[in-house]
Amino acid sequence: MSKKQFQNILIWTSAIILIILIMTPGLWVVLTAFRPQVDVMAKPPVWIPRNLSFNQFETMLFGGSEGSMGRSPVPVLSYLYNSIVISFTSTFVAVLVGTIGGYGFARHNFKFKNGYFLMIMLTRTIPGISLSLPIFILFSKIGIIDTHFGIILVFVALNIPFTVWLTDGFFRQIPRAMSEVAMTDGCTKLQAFWHIELPLSKSGIASAGIFAFLISWNEYALVSNLARSTDSKTLTVGLMDFTAQFTINWPGMCALAVFIIIPALILTFLVQKHLVSGLTFGGVKG
Amino acid sequence: MRKFLSGPWVLLLPTLIILTCVVLLPLLLSLWTSFTPFKLTKPDTLYRFVGFRNYERLIGDIDFWVAFGRTVLFLAIALNLELVFGLGIALLINKITYGQRTLRTLMMFPMMFSPILVGFQWKYIFNDNIGLLNNFLREFGVIQPIPWLVDGVLANISIMAAEIWSSTSVFAILLLAGLLGIPKDPLEAARVDGCNSWQVFKNITLPFLMPFVFIAMTIRSLDVARAYDIVQMMTGGGPAKRTELLWTLISRTGYVDAKMGMANAMSYISIFLSIAFTFFFFYKLMQSRQQLSYE
Repeated sequence: MSKKQFQNILIWTSAIILIILIMTPGLWVVLTAFRPQVDVMAKPPVWIPRNLSFNQFETMLFGGSEGSMGRSPVPVLSYLYNSIVISFTSTFVAVLVGTIGGYGFARHNFKFKNGYFLMIMLTRTIPGISLSLPIFILFSKIGIIDTHFGIILVFVALNIPFTVWLTDGFFRQIPRAMSEVAMTDGCTKLQAFWHIELPLSKSGIASAGIFAFLISWNEYALVSNLARSTDSKTLTVGLMDFTAQFTINWPGMCALAVFIIIPALILTFLVQKHLVSGLTFGGVKG
Repeated sequence: MRKFLSGPWVLLLPTLIILTCVVLLPLLLSLWTSFTPFKLTKPDTLYRFVGFRNYERLIGDIDFWVAFGRTVLFLAIALNLELVFGLGIALLINKITYGQRTLRTLMMFPMMFSPILVGFQWKYIFNDNIGLLNNFLREFGVIQPIPWLVDGVLANISIMAAEIWSSTSVFAILLLAGLLGIPKDPLEAARVDGCNSWQVFKNITLPFLMPFVFIAMTIRSLDVARAYDIVQMMTGGGPAKRTELLWTLISRTGYVDAKMGMANAMSYISIFLSIAFTFFFFYKLMQSRQQLSYE
């Protein structure tokens, strides 16, 4: 065996081990969701599932028929609904506001510009749990605790800094001359922005949107303290609640976890291109 | 008015208003609260000023300093290991020509996972009774189940494993982007001049990668507090506070014990810790960028 061949085998073996390490935890959770409880608890372990079922999903949605624990349906549809409404709305608003802000930073010079920029970025470093304390007090006082509105507001604030950072970088790459030419041809400033600068920075805005959506969908520390009931609890909070409650029912919890995994999976394959360009862009060109 | 409308302020106003309302004002409130003995159960304690009493108590509080030290140590170990593993993975994927894109996509998988989900799946894997890991070890003759999340030291290692699993890909992806962007000429020139692989790596690849390392560190330091979700899910700070990080301690003090004033004092310390981390890496990033442009 030549040295080259040996090297190739080494590389591919490590790559396969790497893939196994990355994929196993998620796949294991998904697989468990479709396995009967007996199999999961079996000793010695059953590795190859003997049969797969949708029982856990049925129990979760419509309540248990097995009777043993008298399981009531998990309000997973409310969680899913809350997650979807909160994530999409906050992403939309954050991208809208953040893009406008990013454009402001990219196209204008003003006093203390870098200071403002740094301030906006620093708001992002505050740990969620630390921020949740005063917001909890404040929202309780003005009565928007446990509402979609309150949580969306917080998520918008969470996502604006990164959106400003990304879009600012993308707008700065577009030569000013392009919109200036359009304006001498009779476009208004707004038209020039709409027809020239916005389409050119499409991919930057797209990656900002993806990040914002992911952060909102995955957030736990803030929403767990601001959401008190099924009116506003999201999937992540639901998962935590029920893991603490039914420590025995692993397959059931895995079924709930599947609802959180699916969007993550879809997003990974849809948007990988934007993600890399977004992450590296802002940092490298700065 | 006209001048105002065409200036930058009309563009920045929405951003500034939202951040002021949702971040700045609450932070001022929490600063004030940290100087009061505010308890959720006694609302009027919010208006009693006690000066630095909360902070003074924190200085003498062993539990707090243990959690603080553990947090710093945890971050130092986790970030370094993530960097090393991320670099290794990036170098590996860089070597692979066939299927590189697919591998890169798979790499991103953990990045999409909610920390709470990461905590859940590792809690399941490390479960001493039915977890994947103990079942797997059983096949190799380890019949006595290992109490991964019950033993203090093992629990910390388990949490670290979950944290590393979830965040190594940030480093891998960014460093891979850096590797792919290295100009080929200096590499070839060095080879022609008789450098071996290690010399090429140390003198050309690594300096070029440094800005990418610091970008990854800066991005990571923005969300180190997400470890809270993982710990909360896996152990809740237990057993007997042996996996307690600063953030779980804050959450317990504030919401379980209802001592909001004290929790806010702690959270100010955690905010400064986060800002310090971010500043440090951002400063390093600026430095390494300048170095590159000089050369």
